[in-house]
Amino acid sequence: MPGAKLSLRGVTKSFGGQAVLKNIDLEVTEGEMICLIGASGSGKSTLLRCINQLEPVDEGTVWLDGVDISEPGLDLGPIRRRIGIVFQSFNLFPHMTAMDNVLLAPRRVLNEDPQSLRLRAEEKFARFGLLSHKDKYPDQLSGGQQQRVAVIRALTMRPEIMLFDEITSALDPELVGEVLDVLRQLRTEGMTMILATHEMGFARELADRVCFIDGGMIVEQGPPNQLFSKPKVARTQEFLKSVLR
Amino acid sequence: MLIAGGSTALVVLAIVMLVPLAPGWEGVKASFFSGEVFAKTFPKLLKAFLWDMAIFAWSVPLIFSLGLAIALARAVRSPALFPLRIFGAAYVDIFRGVPVVLVIYLVGFGIPGLGLPRPWNSPYIWGTVALVLTYSAYIAEVLRGGIESIHASQRAASICLGMSERDTMRYVILPQAIRRVIPANMNMLVALQKDVALLSFIGPVEILRQAGIFKSLLANFTPYVAAALIFLCVTVPATRYADYLMNRDRNARS
Ligand SMILES: Nc1ncnc2c1ncn2[C@@H]1O[C@H](COP(=O)(O)OP(=O)(O)O)[C@@H](O)[C@H]1O
Ligand SMILES: [Mg+2]
Repeated sequence: MPGAKLSLRGVTKSFGGQAVLKNIDLEVTEGEMICLIGASGSGKSTLLRCINQLEPVDEGTVWLDGVDISEPGLDLGPIRRRIGIVFQSFNLFPHMTAMDNVLLAPRRVLNEDPQSLRLRAEEKFARFGLLSHKDKYPDQLSGGQQQRVAVIRALTMRPEIMLFDEITSALDPELVGEVLDVLRQLRTEGMTMILATHEMGFARELADRVCFIDGGMIVEQGPPNQLFSKPKVARTQEFLKSVLR
Repeated sequence: MLIAGGSTALVVLAIVMLVPLAPGWEGVKASFFSGEVFAKTFPKLLKAFLWDMAIFAWSVPLIFSLGLAIALARAVRSPALFPLRIFGAAYVDIFRGVPVVLVIYLVGFGIPGLGLPRPWNSPYIWGTVALVLTYSAYIAEVLRGGIESIHASQRAASICLGMSERDTMRYVILPQAIRRVIPANMNMLVALQKDVALLSFIGPVEILRQAGIFKSLLANFTPYVAAALIFLCVTVPATRYADYLMNRDRNARS
């Protein structure tokens, strides 16, 4: 499909002989929000990690703006800058304040005036309700606050696509909402996003497209209304029955 | 608390009362615990100890620089740099496997034996080299342990922000690793402070050698006791401090 922001073609990945992704095809257009759902162990995280080349693919290709970024030997730094990722376990740097967490990579990597960079970061802290926490260390913040800092950290690199790997799964239930609100906000700004998530209600509310992954394959995909209300494939029906009980 | 104090007092009392009853006590007292010899030799021993401090002081930055370089060599990921890993591993195995005193003998007598001109035949230089070679191997291992204790997700987070491996090591991994191994390194430094005295075998008139000179001169062992006391004044507080740091870390993490 011409004009696809990101496309995966026949992506295959195994770990020690065990096939984890099997021949995945996926096209993502600019501004689209895609939710990956599926049982744990089905390959959602691996799929995201193959997109930003944190894991090299075994076979197949990953294209970003029409350029094959899965080709071996590429300098991956400039590519990863364009694809932000946020993990389930936050992974903030514990020895730095929230602000320094956010500023470290752009300072090292982007050629941006430090003053304007800092302003830009502060603006994001303010937007996500964290300005008063910007000088705290990660262990002084709640899980929800840490996860929002992780989002700010990724966004400050000005990525073109954001990947979110079950970013609310490690949070206490009462903190999930504040992180989902951040995603809602990004959605209204038109960010291209791919989320692995267990929040079915959220996927239903916001996704343009939902992909059900099982055994390393995209078993079924479609707009949330269709996929959640009238799934065509038996395995999708079973999975939805088990999570939507 | 009361019981511990009581039993300690009892043991001390027993030692103080019983040791003097041993048949050789008078002789030992005269040759190891002579107040007169102590007073006479102490100032000079203290002055000689300044050499120990000086050798220690200039060895430490060299040890940490080389130790860090070796630890980093062992942590490189690129296959092209594999020989560097091998070299690092061999270095650590060799210098941890040989007693310090042997390295001091081999380097301290062997290299000046090549007939180097002054000042390059100085035992201070080659003694320092021997200490640096040995201790950097230990420090490298401590640092490597620290580096490997940092969870892989920290590297992943940094790499995913587009940072290079090098910046990731420098700004994300190392600062955390070094903090984590400070107590272990403190213990290394205490061991080093004591091992500086081994250089007495190859020439420098530091405290152990000075004590030996006094012993021969005065036919009395008290200078050794005085030297031991001087060492204790430095090493006991340092060890206690290392323990304190270690406990604090443990409590902070649990
Ligand atoms: N680095 C790895 N080494 C070995 N096996 C892995 C690795 N990463 C993931 N796996 C395996 O791949 C499968 C899919 O894992 P994952 O992508 O994390 O699934 P999900 O995110 O959907 O829970 C699991 O069976 C998991 O054990
Ligand atoms: Mg996962």
